[in-house]
Amino acid sequence: MDNTFHPLFYSFHFYLFGLIGIASALLFVTRKSPVAAALWLVNVMFCLAALYLMLDAQFIGAIQVLVYAGAIMVVFLFVVMLLNLGHPSELADIRGNGGRLAAGAVGLALLAEVAVLTRARFPAQLTPKAAAALAQVDQPGGVIAPIADALFREHLLAFELTSILLLTAIAGAVVLGRKRGAADAR
Amino acid sequence: MLAESLLLSAVLFTIGVVGVLTRRNAIILFMCVELMLNAVNLTFVALSTLYGATGQVFVIMVMTVAAAEAAVGLAIIISIFRHRQTVHLDDINLLKG
Repeated sequence: MDNTFHPLFYSFHFYLFGLIGIASALLFVTRKSPVAAALWLVNVMFCLAALYLMLDAQFIGAIQVLVYAGAIMVVFLFVVMLLNLGHPSELADIRGNGGRLAAGAVGLALLAEVAVLTRARFPAQLTPKAAAALAQVDQPGGVIAPIADALFREHLLAFELTSILLLTAIAGAVVLGRKRGAADAR
Repeated sequence: MLAESLLLSAVLFTIGVVGVLTRRNAIILFMCVELMLNAVNLTFVALSTLYGATGQVFVIMVMTVAAAEAAVGLAIIISIFRHRQTVHLDDINLLKG
């Protein structure tokens, strides 16, 4: 796709996040401890958020981090904690030297990328699609306007129905999660 | 990058299916379902680069349903755990024929 400022930079990061996502997903299904599995799944979700950004879905990338990684996974971890299912011995300490080396390498690579990106300048000659993407960001409403337009005009009924769905889910969760006899005790 | 996105989505979905079929911890099973929903979301976003913003609206809907599903499903798991003191699916076989 030519909506990139630099094709090699774009495809390198696309493959990088894709491969990290697949590796994290494989680690996620093979972990014994639910806490470790949940954290690897959060990693998958961060990789997917990065891919959404690269696919010109910036708003979806943001709510992927906020809703999925931030809210839904916290609910999962909260339930794991509530049911006391984690194995503390697997999480108690920093891993061995391999883990430290990997963490240090990833941190250095990310810092180097930030340094490179702060020095980067846009090329004088943008591809037509890149120029169009930049022009859209500059418009009032920015990248969210097309989504809002589709959501609140074309799919307004579905949007309103989700509020009923959420209300039902809240009521159901409260009823199911209530302790037996809690209502009688009062 | 459309083909790569769809391929990655298929791989992630398959990993989610394998997780659902092999794991026996109810909470990890739920997380595998979330992984499958995420894979489908990636397909929606990738195709929305071709067909406009409707795909991203679907992603928002899927996230809403996923949040509702997680809330209700985890409440059910908590309520099962109160009865049986386990979330291991092999121990929850009351309806098994």
